[in-house]
Amino acid sequence: MDWTAFLLSVELGLATLTLLMPLSVWLGRVLAYRRFPGRGFVEAGVALPLVLPPTVVGFYLLVAFGAHSPLGELWQRLFGHGLAFSFEGLLFASVIVNLPFAVQPVQNAFAAIPPRVREAGAVSGMPPWRVLWRIELPLAWPGIATAAVLTFAHTLGEFGVVLMVGGSIPGETQTIAIAIYDRVQAFDDRAAGVMSAVLLAVSVLALGLTNTFSRRVGRQRADG
Amino acid sequence: MAEPGLEVALAARTPIPLDLSFRVAPGELLALVGPSGAGKSTALRCVAGLHRAERGRVRCAGECWFDSEGGRNLPPHRRAAGLVFQDYALFPHMTAAQNLMAAMGHLPPGARAGRARELLARVHLAGLEDRRPAELSGGQQQRVAVARALARDPAVLLLDEPFSAVDRATRRRLQSELAGLRRSLSIPILLVTHDLDEALALADRMVLLHRGRALQEAPPFEMLARPASAEVARLLDLRNLFRARVEAHDAAAGLTRLRWGERLLEAAHAPHLAPGEEVDWLAPGAAVVLHRRGRPSVGERENPVEGRVVEMLPLGDEAQVTLDVADPDGHTLRFSLPLHAARRNGLAPGACCTVSLLREAIHAMPRRAA
Repeated sequence: MDWTAFLLSVELGLATLTLLMPLSVWLGRVLAYRRFPGRGFVEAGVALPLVLPPTVVGFYLLVAFGAHSPLGELWQRLFGHGLAFSFEGLLFASVIVNLPFAVQPVQNAFAAIPPRVREAGAVSGMPPWRVLWRIELPLAWPGIATAAVLTFAHTLGEFGVVLMVGGSIPGETQTIAIAIYDRVQAFDDRAAGVMSAVLLAVSVLALGLTNTFSRRVGRQRADG
Repeated sequence: MAEPGLEVALAARTPIPLDLSFRVAPGELLALVGPSGAGKSTALRCVAGLHRAERGRVRCAGECWFDSEGGRNLPPHRRAAGLVFQDYALFPHMTAAQNLMAAMGHLPPGARAGRARELLARVHLAGLEDRRPAELSGGQQQRVAVARALARDPAVLLLDEPFSAVDRATRRRLQSELAGLRRSLSIPILLVTHDLDEALALADRMVLLHRGRALQEAPPFEMLARPASAEVARLLDLRNLFRARVEAHDAAAGLTRLRWGERLLEAAHAPHLAPGEEVDWLAPGAAVVLHRRGRPSVGERENPVEGRVVEMLPLGDEAQVTLDVADPDGHTLRFSLPLHAARRNGLAPGACCTVSLLREAIHAMPRRAA
């Protein structure tokens, strides 16, 4: 069992959540409530990582991270090293590929709140921030939790994009999914088996907990 | 100067056309009635700040909430309006008491729980403070919605079809509760309803809306007795609407003569109608008096009209009789009378009878250009 790779994956998952969740709550809410030109394209952009092969996403990210790209150049100037094949680059990629997993459940959760209930908040004298805090977030909470669990589980399991933009540098970019591949290549079936089982268990546990949790909240809403 | 009450003037072409203005005095209940899509709810939402009309003004208790010319449009949370939604829109994750307390941002936190209990008791929900909306019946949810609308101590109470989602028996009970509650309120109340009976039971005045336009504004019973036009009468679903021509006025006798086909009718004096003018006239059911068979009846000479019974529908203790009165347009005359009276006078399909149309109740109105 490669604990370094496992902990790196967990670290990447938590860092992804920290960056992605506030962004998804904001973006999911905007997509749920606002009508603006180009909204369909924004939604398409969010969903893109679902349909594109990970190698294609990885390729474009690599190009974007390259020393000759504006982003890569800026990063190099600010931090003294490139984005490609670094943990930061991996984190950036992870945020991008997890967008649909995080944004879509949040968007659906906000969209499911009846408009009249939000309006009732406003005519009860609540300023918009208070409606968000007291009405929308508590009602959208199961969707937000689902988004977080999906994002975390997906980050642990992401392979293609990680391999493309991170390579396989132990302790820096070698996540548990990459480590499994690495072990299989080295005919170390036992280590690969153990790590696969751990990943499987974590994923089943995460999904099981989300389902139980959201069902319980749903029941509470329905009959108290 | 600070004008008490609610003052509304709205105009818009899209998405829903609006062209109306009205005032509601403190303690008064004004009903906006009209068919679906007439713009009633939109007008109410404009008052609450949930919808913005293209042009207009909304002032309440001396404060300007909306003025398109002055570029002023307060957001809903800054307008002291309590709104009861058609489907109540309670906060599903909060208890009844929390629903009310959420609307008490103007009170110090320590005072909110007590005030919520007090308001819930006022709408007969004492003891149910800790129930969530899903644990309450439809009628109880409606009461929580009313209490929540009052929780912010509003300067106007807005009711958007508040009784449409409950069964008939509950509706009647809630209506009488509201009638009781409003006696203790000294703020203007605006009720939106498509149910005329509801407006009759609760409103001091009503405004009839059609396609966003106010067709008439009057106390409910006055509007029923004296609709401003045939269009109003039709929207109010009034029967016994006929066409005639003004023959002459007799100011001394206080009446106006109408030429109705071959007949000459005496109607309530309507000097605003020009002789020779084509008019619509209305005979409310209460204005039709059946002549007793074989015996002279009171008022027999007042507009006697002969007819043949087309249909007689027993409705409980009453009979609804439809007469063919040889109207040039083929319209029939309908009236109700006690079932036993109908039987005693031998009313049955095909039978002939004579009725009087009481002069004072005949209401003539100008024809609208279609």
